[in-house]
Amino acid sequence: MENVKMINLKINSLPVSVPEGTTVLDAAKSIGITIPTLCYMRKVNEIGACRVCVVEVKGARNLVASCVFPVAENMEVSTATERVLKARRTTVELMLSDHDNQCLSCMRSTNCELQKLAHDLNCDQHKYDGAVNDYKKDTSSPYLVRDNNKCILCRRCVAVCSKVQDVAVIGANARGFKTHIGCAFGRDIFDVPCIACGQCITVCPTGALTEKDDIDIVRAAIGDPQKTVIAGTAPATRIGLSEEFGLPAGTNVEGKLVSALRLLGFDKVFDINATADLTIMEEGTELLHRIKTNGALPMFTSCSPGWVKYVETFYPEFIKNISTCKSPQAMFGATIKTYYAEKCGLDPANLFTVGVMPCTSKKFERLRDDMSANGKQPDMDAVLSVREIARMIKRAGIDFVNLPDGKYDAPLGVASGAGFIFGATGGVMEAALRTVVETLEGKPLEKLDFKAVRGMKGIKEATVTAGGRKISVCAASGIANAKAVLEDIKSGKAHYDFVEVMTCPGGCVNGGGQPVRNAEKLNFMDIAETRAKPIYAGDAKNKIRKSHENPVVKALYEEYFQYPNSHRAHEVLHTTYAARKKYKDI
Amino acid sequence: MLFRSHILICGGTGCSSSRSKDIFAAFEDGLKTQSLDKEVKLVLTGCFGLCALGPVVIVYPEGSFYSKVTPDDVREIISEHIVKGRIVKRLLYEETVKQDGIQSLNETNFYKKQLRVALKNCGVINPENIDEYIARDGYKAYEKVVTAMTPQQVVDEIKASGLRGRGGGGFSTGLKWQFTKDAQGDKKFVCCNADEGDPGAFMDRSVLEGDPHCVIEAMMIAGYAVGSDQGYVYVRAEYPIAVQRLQVAIDQAREYGLLGKNILGTGHSFDLEIRLGSGAFVCGEETALMTSIEGHRGEPRPRPPFPAIKGLFGKPTLLNNVETYANITQIILNGSKWFAAMGTEKSKGTKVFALGGKIANTGLVEIPMGTTLREIIEDIGGGIPNGKKFKAAQTGGPSGGCIPAELIDIKIDYDNLISIGSMMGSGGLIVMDEDNCMVDIAKFFLEFTVDESCGKCTPCRIGNKRLLELLDKITSGKGEPSDIPKMEELCQYIKDNSLCGLGQTAPNPVLSTLRYFKDEYIAHIEKKTCPAGVCKALLNYSVQADKCIGCTLCKRNCPVAAISGEVKAVHTIDPAKCIKCGVCMEKCPKKAIVRR
Amino acid sequence: MKSFAELQQIRERLKNEVNQRENGEADIRIVVGMATCGIAAGARPVLTAFNHEIDVRKLSNVKTVQTGCIGMCRLEPIVDVITPDGKKVTYVKVTPEKVVRIVAEHIVNGKIVDEFLMPANS
Repeated sequence: MENVKMINLKINSLPVSVPEGTTVLDAAKSIGITIPTLCYMRKVNEIGACRVCVVEVKGARNLVASCVFPVAENMEVSTATERVLKARRTTVELMLSDHDNQCLSCMRSTNCELQKLAHDLNCDQHKYDGAVNDYKKDTSSPYLVRDNNKCILCRRCVAVCSKVQDVAVIGANARGFKTHIGCAFGRDIFDVPCIACGQCITVCPTGALTEKDDIDIVRAAIGDPQKTVIAGTAPATRIGLSEEFGLPAGTNVEGKLVSALRLLGFDKVFDINATADLTIMEEGTELLHRIKTNGALPMFTSCSPGWVKYVETFYPEFIKNISTCKSPQAMFGATIKTYYAEKCGLDPANLFTVGVMPCTSKKFERLRDDMSANGKQPDMDAVLSVREIARMIKRAGIDFVNLPDGKYDAPLGVASGAGFIFGATGGVMEAALRTVVETLEGKPLEKLDFKAVRGMKGIKEATVTAGGRKISVCAASGIANAKAVLEDIKSGKAHYDFVEVMTCPGGCVNGGGQPVRNAEKLNFMDIAETRAKPIYAGDAKNKIRKSHENPVVKALYEEYFQYPNSHRAHEVLHTTYAARKKYKDI
Repeated sequence: MLFRSHILICGGTGCSSSRSKDIFAAFEDGLKTQSLDKEVKLVLTGCFGLCALGPVVIVYPEGSFYSKVTPDDVREIISEHIVKGRIVKRLLYEETVKQDGIQSLNETNFYKKQLRVALKNCGVINPENIDEYIARDGYKAYEKVVTAMTPQQVVDEIKASGLRGRGGGGFSTGLKWQFTKDAQGDKKFVCCNADEGDPGAFMDRSVLEGDPHCVIEAMMIAGYAVGSDQGYVYVRAEYPIAVQRLQVAIDQAREYGLLGKNILGTGHSFDLEIRLGSGAFVCGEETALMTSIEGHRGEPRPRPPFPAIKGLFGKPTLLNNVETYANITQIILNGSKWFAAMGTEKSKGTKVFALGGKIANTGLVEIPMGTTLREIIEDIGGGIPNGKKFKAAQTGGPSGGCIPAELIDIKIDYDNLISIGSMMGSGGLIVMDEDNCMVDIAKFFLEFTVDESCGKCTPCRIGNKRLLELLDKITSGKGEPSDIPKMEELCQYIKDNSLCGLGQTAPNPVLSTLRYFKDEYIAHIEKKTCPAGVCKALLNYSVQADKCIGCTLCKRNCPVAAISGEVKAVHTIDPAKCIKCGVCMEKCPKKAIVRR
Repeated sequence: MKSFAELQQIRERLKNEVNQRENGEADIRIVVGMATCGIAAGARPVLTAFNHEIDVRKLSNVKTVQTGCIGMCRLEPIVDVITPDGKKVTYVKVTPEKVVRIVAEHIVNGKIVDEFLMPANS
C-alpha cells in the first residue's frame, strides 16, 4: 500500500478522515450518512447533473454536487441543512413537474428511485406544474421499451451504453427543456446497432426503460389446453430473483423458483444448466477440432447473444472466430422441439418453450434467423426476464419466500457445477477447460478450479498446459473490455486460443434481465460479485462438476445426438452468423 | 514607394452585410480606370467601431471618415477626393465636419473617450496581410518573450498587469497561466474561446476579423509560458469572416515559420488549429467548449477538476477568450506597469463593449475601466435617439443584469457591476429607453437561456423553464401576487444549484429587474397594465369619442372586424374581438385611438 | 521560414506606410494642391516625388496631404509645408526636381528654400 495522504474534514460538525481524492459523498457514507443520488454511477457516470446530492460546503458560493466534489483539508460540509434539503426537494419537485407521474400503474412503482426520493423529501408533486413534454414511446424492439415521459435525464443509461458497453447508440437529443435521450437522428432503438444487452434498463432509476413485457404471451400459452408449456431456467436467474422478494442479494432460490413456476402452471420445469453442459460438449469439441485442424483461432464463445450481435455489426471480420454453437437457451429449445418431442411423442407445434433468463438479449436471440431446429417452429417461443417472472409470481399471489423447494423435471433436470458457473464471467471458460483439458490429457483432472478466470476483473487471462500443448485463454465481460481484447488480437498484441465473452459486466449475474440496480447497488456494493458467490458455492457442492460427466448429457448423446459435433448435433445445436449493417438504410 | 493615399474600407461583419465588399470592388475598378492603383492603396480592414454609420470608408492621410457609403458614391470619392483633393463633405460623418474643414476622428465624441488597446489594429491594418501586422510591431512581443524572458517571467508579467478574463467571470489571467504552468502533464493545450454568443455582443468577432494575428501571437506567448505546443481556437461557425481571416492568418504565420516546430530557430514549437462551434451558446462555457472540441455534444462538466489541471482531452489546458488574448502582446511590449496604470484598482486596462439597443451610435467601443455608464451612453454612444428617456442598460447579456437610470454614474468595472447585480460578461451593452418593458426584457433574456440550456442539469433544464412560464403568466395578465416570491425563490434555487455558469447566471436578468423595477412587475400583476405599453395581452385600444370624426378608416383596416360605427359617427372597438395589432391607431388621421 | 531580423526588415519597410493611417497629427504636413489646375500643372508627379523622398529617407511623422484649388492657379503646382508650430511655408511652381531640395533642405534641415517661395508681389 502506498502512502495515501489522509484529508481531515468535518461533516455536520463531526471530524472525518478519508484518503485524498475521496468524494464528499463517500466521506459522508463512511460515517453513516447516505446522501441521496440519482445520476451518479461510480466510475461510469460521474457527471454531477441531477443535483440531488447537493451539500453545503463552507465558503463555497453555491451548493456543490457531493458525488463529484473531492474533499479538502479543513473542509466543513453540511449534508442536511434547511438550504440543502429545500434544494433537493425543489430539484425533485421540478423533475416531477415534467414527469408523467402515473405511479399507480407504473412497472417500477415501489421500486423507483424517483418515487422514493419524492417521498423521502416530502415533495409537493404539483408545486411546479407547467408544460410537460409528451414523447412517443419507443416500442420498436422485441426487448426494451423506452418511455421518455418517465425519464429524468440522469443519463445512467447513456453512460452504461457508451462507457461500459462501448456501443453508444443512445445519447441526449435536442436541448433545454426538450432534451431527451434517444438514438441519433431520432431513430428507433431497433434501427440502430443496439446489441440488446439491457444494461440500460437495469440502471434506470425510473420506469423510463423497461423490458418488452412478454408475460401475456406466456399466460395465454399456459391457458391454452393444447399447449405443453415448458420453462427452462438459466443459471443466474435463481440468484437474482431473490432480490425481487426482499431476500438478501446473493441468495440461491433455485428450489423456490421451480415450485413457483409449477404453481404458475408451467407443465414442465427444466434447468438450462443442463443444456449449458451440452454446450460445453459441443463447444469444447469444436475448439479441439479447430486446434487440430488449424481452424480459425481464437475461438470465441457464442452463449451471449449481445456479444454475437456486436461482432456481427462492428467486427464482422471475427465472425469466423465465433463458435457455431447455439447458446444454452437455444440448445434447450432446439432439444425440446426435436429430441423431447420425439421422445414423448408430442407434436412440437403444441410445445411452448419459455426461457427464464437474466437477459434481454435472449428475447432478441429467439427471433434470429436459423433458430429453428425442426425447421417449423422456433426453438424458443417466449423469453421472460427475472423481473417479468417476479411480476408473474407476485401477480399470482404466490408466497414466494415461504415456498418449499421444488425439483426440476426430467430429463433436463440434472446439471453439473460446470453448467451452473455459466452464470458468472469466466464460468464458461472454466467449464470448458474442465472438459477440454481432461480430454487432451486423457486422464481425470485433479484440480478442477481454474481460479485465474474467476472474479470480476473485466479481462482475465490464463495459460494452461494440456496434452503437451499450451492453451492460452481469456475471459472478458462488458463489451468495452471485449472490444479491447478484439483490438489487441487484431493488432497482434494478444494471442489466444479461446476467448469467453459475456456481454454484461460480470456475466449473467449482472445481466440486463436481472433486478434493477438502485444507487446503493450501483455505488456501494459489487452486486455482480455478490450474485456470483452462490454460483461458485453451488458448483463446489455439486457431486458432478464436469459437463461430460452429466448423466443427462450422456443420455442425450446416446439416445439422439450420437456424439458431439455429429451431423445431427450440427443440425440441431449449431447455427450461423452473418455481418449486419449498423443501420438498415445506411 | 509610399502610396499617396490609403483608402480603408471596413470589412467587418456589420459593414460587409451592407455591401462593403461591393464598395471595395467599385474602388478597385475606379482606381484602375484612373490609373491610380499604383498610387493609392486599398485596404479591407476590420471593424472601425461605428457600425451604426456603416459602411464606413476612411481616406488617409486626410483621415476623412465617410459614412453610409454606397457603391454609387465611389466614383465621386475618387474623382473629387482622390484626384482633386476635394473632400466629399456630404458623405462625411457629421461629427467630423468643422467649419474650416474636417477634424480628426480622434476628436469626435465617439472616439475621444475611447482608448484602443485590444482594438489597436482594428480598422487600421489589412487583417489578411501579415506584413501589415508585423509593421505595427507584430510578433515583436513573441520575439521578446522567447529570446529574453523565462516562462515564469512571462507569467509574472501578466500577473503584475492585473489583467482579468474578458470573457465573463473576470478571473485573474496571470493566475490562470500560473496554474496551467504549474500543472503536471506530458501534454498541455492552449485554447481560445471565440464562441461569442451573447445576444448583441460582437467584440471577439471584431478582433478576429480585424486583427487575427494579435490572437495568434498571444497564444504563442501563452504556449511558451505554460509549456504547451498545441493551441485550438474555438470559433462559432456563424462567424464566417472571422473564421476565414483567422485561417488566412494562421496559414501566413505558418508560412513565415511563426507557427510549427522550432519557431524561427528558437527551439520553441507551437501550432494552432481552428475548431468550429455549431451554434450552441453553452459552448462558451469553458468545460462545454472543451467537451465540444473533443468531439462530443457540448455540455459542461463539473469543476473541480479545473481545466488548468484536467482540461482538454484530460490534459492541463489554458483557456482565455479573444479579447483577453488581444491585450497580451501590448502588456509584453509596453510592460505590466503601463497596463496597470489604466483602469480602476481591481480592474485594469480597457474593456471593449458592443453598444446596442436604443442608442445613436451602435457599434464597438473600447474604454478604460472605470469609465462611467453615462460617458458611454451620452458621450460615446451619442445618447438615446428620438428624445426618449434612458431607462436602463443591460450588461453581461443573458447572464447579466440591468443597470437602472439612477445608477448611470456608476464606474464600469468588474466589481462594481457585480455589486449591483449585473456582471461584465463578455461586454454586450444594450441600452433601453422608456418604451422598454422590463418584465418583457427579463423574459427576452430568459427565453434565450431556456432555449440555449444544454439540458444536462435539472435546475437549468426545468427550473429556468418554470421561471419563464411565470414571466409568461405575468406578461399575459394572469399573474398573482404570490408569483413574485415564488420567482425569487426559484431564482435563488437555480443560482445555487445549477451545474455551470450558464444556469447559475440565467436568473440574473429576472433578479435584477425585480430589484430595480419591481413596481413594473406589480403593475402587471395587480393593475394588469404594462406601463411601457409593450405586453400585448395587457393593452387595450379604445376610441376617444371627442376626437373621432367617423371617417371609417379604422373600421375598414381592422383585420378582425372588431370596430363598428357608421360614417360620421363615433366608432367603437370591441375588446373581445381586438387582437391588438395596432393598425387602427396607425391609420387614424385624428389620433383618436389610444392604447392603454 | 523567416528570421527575427527579417521580421524587423518588414517592420521598417512598412512602418511609415501603415502609420500613415494613424489619426494622429503629423509633425510636418506637406499639402499639395491637387485640383484640376494643380494636376494640369503637374501636381501629381510632385506628390509622388514627395512620397518617394519620405520613403527613401524613412521620415516618420511627415505626411503628404492633398488639397483643392486655393485660387492661384497660375502658380500651380503649389505646396504648403506646415510645421508643428503652425508655421506655413508656401512653395509655388514646384517640380519633382524642386521636391528633392525642399525635402533635403527644409524638411530635413529646417532651412526654407527661399528661391521656390511665392513671389512677394503675386
